[in-house]
Amino acid sequence: MTDALRDKIRGFILENYLFTADTKALGMDDSLLGRGIVDSTGMLEIIFFIEEQLGVKVKDEEMIPDNLDSVNRIATFVEARRKAA
Amino acid sequence: MCGITGIHYSDAARMGDRGQLERMTHALDHRGPDGVGFHIEPGVALGHARLSIIDLGGGAQPIHNEDQTVWITYNGEVFNYIELRRMLVERGHRFYTESDTEVIVHLYEELGDRFVEELNGQFAFALWDRRRRRMVFARDRAGILPLYYARVPGGIAFGSEVKALIAGGLVKPELDPDGLDELMTFWAPLAPRTIFRGVEQLPPGHMAVLEGDRFESRPYWQWHFPESGAHRRGVVTDLQDELRGVLADATQIRLRADVPVGAYLSGGLDSSSLVALLKERVPDTLQTFSIGFDDPRLDESEHQRAVSKFLDTNHNHVQCTLSDIAQVFPRTIRHSEMPVLRTAPAPMQVLSRLVRQSNVKVVLTGEGADEVLGGYDIFKESKVRQFWARFPESKWRPALLKRLYPYLDLTSAQSAAYLQEFFGIGLANPDDPCFSHLPRWATTAQCKLFWSDDLRARTSGNPIERLRAALPAEMSRWHPFNRSEYVEARTLLPSYLLASQGDRMLMASSVEGRFPFLDHRLIGFANALHPSYKMHVLREKNLLKEAMRSRLPASITARHKQPYRAPDAAAFLGPHAPEYVNELMGRAAIARYGYFDPDKVGRLVAKLGRAKVPAARDNMAFVGILSTQLWHAQFVDGQTIN
Repeated sequence: MTDALRDKIRGFILENYLFTADTKALGMDDSLLGRGIVDSTGMLEIIFFIEEQLGVKVKDEEMIPDNLDSVNRIATFVEARRKAA
Repeated sequence: MCGITGIHYSDAARMGDRGQLERMTHALDHRGPDGVGFHIEPGVALGHARLSIIDLGGGAQPIHNEDQTVWITYNGEVFNYIELRRMLVERGHRFYTESDTEVIVHLYEELGDRFVEELNGQFAFALWDRRRRRMVFARDRAGILPLYYARVPGGIAFGSEVKALIAGGLVKPELDPDGLDELMTFWAPLAPRTIFRGVEQLPPGHMAVLEGDRFESRPYWQWHFPESGAHRRGVVTDLQDELRGVLADATQIRLRADVPVGAYLSGGLDSSSLVALLKERVPDTLQTFSIGFDDPRLDESEHQRAVSKFLDTNHNHVQCTLSDIAQVFPRTIRHSEMPVLRTAPAPMQVLSRLVRQSNVKVVLTGEGADEVLGGYDIFKESKVRQFWARFPESKWRPALLKRLYPYLDLTSAQSAAYLQEFFGIGLANPDDPCFSHLPRWATTAQCKLFWSDDLRARTSGNPIERLRAALPAEMSRWHPFNRSEYVEARTLLPSYLLASQGDRMLMASSVEGRFPFLDHRLIGFANALHPSYKMHVLREKNLLKEAMRSRLPASITARHKQPYRAPDAAAFLGPHAPEYVNELMGRAAIARYGYFDPDKVGRLVAKLGRAKVPAARDNMAFVGILSTQLWHAQFVDGQTIN
C-alpha cells in the first residue's frame, strides 16, 4: 500500500469532514462512523471521491464499512480494485 | 397576541421609571401595533403593547378587577372566555370590558392559584395582587406564547421577548455557552435556559409566584401518558368520530375574534384537515395562505392548489426565492432572538407578511398535529430501531429504515449497511428515555466541531445528561412510542417550532397564530390512546387520516408526510451572496466574536462552494454559524443588518 494513496485519502477526509489540515486529527485506522466523522449522508461524498479522484468504481454491494470505514480500509479496497482491473 | 413587559421591585415603595417601561414596551411594538398601556404603582410597573383581536374598543390593558387591587398584563387568548365569564357573572363579578383578559382577573379572585387550570388557550401573563403583594406569572400548556424574565438590580423584570429587557437597559446581552450547547444539540435551549446569559424563560405549562424576592415556579399541567397496558382502546370508527368532534370544537372556539380569521395551508394532512373543518364554519369568506419554493423537492404548491380548489377557499400564495431567504434572514434572527440551524423560519416570516398584507390578523395553523397524533418520522425511526433492538443480529429488521426517508435523495442512494451503522446508535439500551432522539442529536451536535477552544472551555456538562436527569421518573413505565412523543413535546416543539419558527415569525408581521391541534382536550384524548391508533405499523397519523378521509382529496390522505423544509446554505452562497454573509463568515469577524474556529469555518465555506449537493450536516453547520454571527452582531454589537 502506498503512503501517497493513504495521504491523499486522509487529506480528503481531513479537509472535508474535520475541516483541518492537522494530520494528527485522524489516525489511519480510526473508524469514520465510530468517531462520528462521517454520517449516513456523508458516505456518498466519499464514494464520489473514490470514483472521481481515485478512478475506482464502487459497486452497491461494496458500499460497506468493511471497505470504507477508515483510511487504511479505503486504501486497501482501492488497491485491490486497481490490481483486479 | 400582544407584548407584555414589567418590573417587580423588591422595595415595595419604589416607583417604576415610566420612561424605562415605555422603552421596554415599545421594543415590542411589532407584537402589539394597535396601542400601548401602562400601570405603575409602588413596587410594580406593568406595560402592554396591544394587537386588538377581541373587544377592539374596550380591551386596553393593563386591566384590573372591580376595586383595582388585581391587575394583569396579558398576551394571548383564552378561547373558553365566554363560558368562564358566564360562570363568573353568575357568581357576582362585575365586568367593565368584553375582553377575555378581564375574565382571568376575576377567575383569579374566584379560584386563587387554581384559576390557570380552567383556561383553555394560549397565553403568557403577569398578574399583580396588591393585597397579598404577589405577582403570578403563567404560560400556556404547550408553550405557544413566550415569557422571559431576569433578576435585575432591585427586582425581577419580564417581557414577551428578551429585546424588551435589553431596551430597558436591564440586561447586558451576552451569550450563554451552555445555551448554545443545548441549541447545537436540541435545536434550541430548553426552558428555563435561554441563549442569553442571565435571562430565563418560564417553561410551558408552568406558573410562578413572586413574593418579595422569592420566585417559585411549578408545573400546573404536563404531557402525561398512561402506563404500558393501561391505554385506551375502542372501536376505530368511534375513535375517529370522537377525534373529529374534539378537533372540530377546538377549531370552532378558535374562531372567536372580532377580526377576520384565516388559515395556513401547507398542502399536508394537518392544515388541510383544519381548512376542511373551517370551511364548514366559514363557508364564504375563508382565506388560506401558503408558501412555495423553486426547488421541486421542497415545493408543495401542487398539493396546496388541490386542497384549495377542492375546498373552494380564497387562496393566497407567495413564492419564496433563495434571495428572499437571504434578504429576510437577519430580521429572522432579530425576531427569533437565537441562532437557528435551518433557514425554515425565514419563509415563515415571508408567509406571515403575506397574511398581514391581506388584512388578516389571525391564522389557524396545523402545528402540533405531528406531536399529538404521531406524525413524525422520528417516531417511525424509533419504532423500527426498537423492533431491531430485540434482535440486533437481524439483517432484515433494519432494512425497514430504507423506507423511512424517501424524500431525501442522498439516503435513498445509500448502502443499507451504513444506515444500520448510523441508526444503530443506542441500540444496546432501548429503555433509555432518550432512545428515539439519540441519532438526531448526534447529527446536530456535529455543529460543535466548528467551535473555538475558548467556547468549548466555557461550557459545563452534557446537555443530554442534563435533560435525562430532568425527565419524569414515570417515563420508564410508558410505551416507547409515548416516550418519543414526550421528548419531542418537551424539546423541539416549544423551544423551536412554536418559538423561532412559530410565535416569533408570526409576530414579526403582527399576526396571531392559533393552534387547534394543541388544544389540551385534544392532547388528553390522543395521549390516552394506544399508540397503534396513531401509528398503524408505519403509517403515520392513521386515526386523523381515517377521520378526515371523506372530507379531503384522496391525494392528501394518501401522501407520505413531507416535513416542511426550506433551502439552506444555497441561499447564502455564490455570486449573489449578500454582503453581510461575506462579512460575518469572514475570518476577521469569526475571530472577533470568538465562538468558532476561523480556519475550520473557512474550509466549510469553501467546501459548500464546490459541493454539488451539500451534505445535511454541512448545511446545518453553516446556518448555525451564520445565525450565531448574526445574533452576536445584532444583539451584542447592537448593529442593524438589513
